[in-house]
Amino acid sequence: MSDRSQLIETGKPFIFDAQRDAEFERLVKRYPTRESMILPSLWLVQEQEGWISAEAMAYIADRIGTFPSMVYEAATFYTMYNLQPKGKYHICVCRTLSCYLLGKQEIVDYLKQELGIKPGEVSADGQFSLEEVECLGHCGSAPVVQVNGEFYEDMNVAKLKELLATLK
Amino acid sequence: MQVQVLSARFDIPDANKIEIAKEHGAYATLDKVFAMQPEEIIEVVKASGLRGRGGAGFPTGLKWSFLPKNIDKPVYLAVNSDESEPATFKDRFILVRDPHMLIEGIIICCYAIKSHAAYIYIRGEYTTQVKVLQAAIDEAYAAGYLGDSVAGHDYKLDVTVHRGAGAYVCGEETALLESIEGRKGQPRSKPPFPAVEGLYGCPTIINNVQSIASLPFILTNGADAYKAYGTEKSPGTHLFGISGLVKKPGMYELPLGLPLLEVIDKVAGGVRDGRTLKGVIPGGSSTPVLTPEEAQTVTLDYESMAAHKTMFGSGGIVVLDDTVDMVKLVENLIYFYHHESCGQCTPCREGLGWMLKIVRKIIRGEGTTADIDLLTELCDNIEMKTVCVLSAACTMSTRSYLNKFRHEFEAYVAGGAPAQAAM
Repeated sequence: MSDRSQLIETGKPFIFDAQRDAEFERLVKRYPTRESMILPSLWLVQEQEGWISAEAMAYIADRIGTFPSMVYEAATFYTMYNLQPKGKYHICVCRTLSCYLLGKQEIVDYLKQELGIKPGEVSADGQFSLEEVECLGHCGSAPVVQVNGEFYEDMNVAKLKELLATLK
Repeated sequence: MQVQVLSARFDIPDANKIEIAKEHGAYATLDKVFAMQPEEIIEVVKASGLRGRGGAGFPTGLKWSFLPKNIDKPVYLAVNSDESEPATFKDRFILVRDPHMLIEGIIICCYAIKSHAAYIYIRGEYTTQVKVLQAAIDEAYAAGYLGDSVAGHDYKLDVTVHRGAGAYVCGEETALLESIEGRKGQPRSKPPFPAVEGLYGCPTIINNVQSIASLPFILTNGADAYKAYGTEKSPGTHLFGISGLVKKPGMYELPLGLPLLEVIDKVAGGVRDGRTLKGVIPGGSSTPVLTPEEAQTVTLDYESMAAHKTMFGSGGIVVLDDTVDMVKLVENLIYFYHHESCGQCTPCREGLGWMLKIVRKIIRGEGTTADIDLLTELCDNIEMKTVCVLSAACTMSTRSYLNKFRHEFEAYVAGGAPAQAAM
């Protein structure tokens, strides 16, 4: 597992924008304890900024009224929370079972070569980041690739080539 | 072979929209439901024989009846939409193709268990799916099916979507509750069981998406109509996900009890041309693999699977043909479980990593027969010595490959990969 213990400081204070602020206020009424807002708040930060900085975590703890360690614990445990900036296009390749059986390795190898990065890295121009992830729940249309949350099913190198061309 | 009970609206365009879903029967059973007493609904669900579709197969109505009587605390429903067991991709179809069937099921369940708050815990990776689900919930609120007065009745219900963020272990019911409460997903020791002390220390029912989505059909058509499908002990239908090295992978709704190999051949098109069957994973990655010989007599129900020392699981069937290198497949699976260990229990956190090191050593050609035996020994020493069954999911499946395909491990030890393994 990659090291998820290091937080990055931006040097700037964080605050929810108006849309996220409203969503926070809508959701907080749904839970009997404010700590339940930790995961939803981390998602709101990530939607707004693309990743979660040390300042954003401090803001969430303050906004909820909980210990910063509670927020830190959740942010570092759950692997979908980005603790550093990702590429403009964040590409996830499923590596498990059915995707493995149907050639996920060819897809990973092609992306490594084409983007010049290994899984876990961001390209120098900030355009792409690559990650190998565990089962994405699309086994019937394996192998599957996710780009910024959008699913691309029944993938192969030829289809990936076409997809990358639309992203550049 | 295929039936349309849960999937009746799956092929109707825009059935995720409330007007279309209503035209085809959504929410139509609610007046009947609210005319019944909650206890009567529990009896109907018990009589239907519906069993939990998340993997364990525990009778749903019986689970509900474990709630303490005369409680002065709120009761919660947590809908398990974590769907992270490799080879499982059935609930996703409900979320996207017919979310109103799920919402209607939630209303029925909550009314029956006297709950006024439900949380749908959906895995974080389902980004497009969560949007469709949330839009359907918003529609249901606007149409008066959720909120202060459900369908015009004196009954209040809130449904809230809670997104996970990439942890397989949160499909374990108590880890799921921890995650809703804002903590890392580390399972709780049981007892107390969630029905007595669950979310926020209150009585809580946790049901899988497909179990909940089965309720509108059962309440509309009656327990007998549901039992008309399947077998006596495994009644009803299931959304089976068939994947792997098969001609027509996909999600198929079938009654329980059909012969496994017939389903693979007739529904999913069989193995690819020129290939032969080498094994079948019957119900998600954690279920012990079946050899072709064993598969010949297996039917798709809880009892037949148990009789063949495997499990029905989540109904995620993976077809393996003669190109599959079983040792490398095991490496892929052990890596998964090791990666997803929450780190709470030492046998799981350390043991699965140790197993991964050994299987990789064998693949590198540096293994010995003693290493194969050590893998087996580790399985025995990890299993059932942890708070939850995540590690057992890994060891039960690993042991099945070690027992049934030991010659492939031995071939690596003797030098090089098995000849028949092309991958």
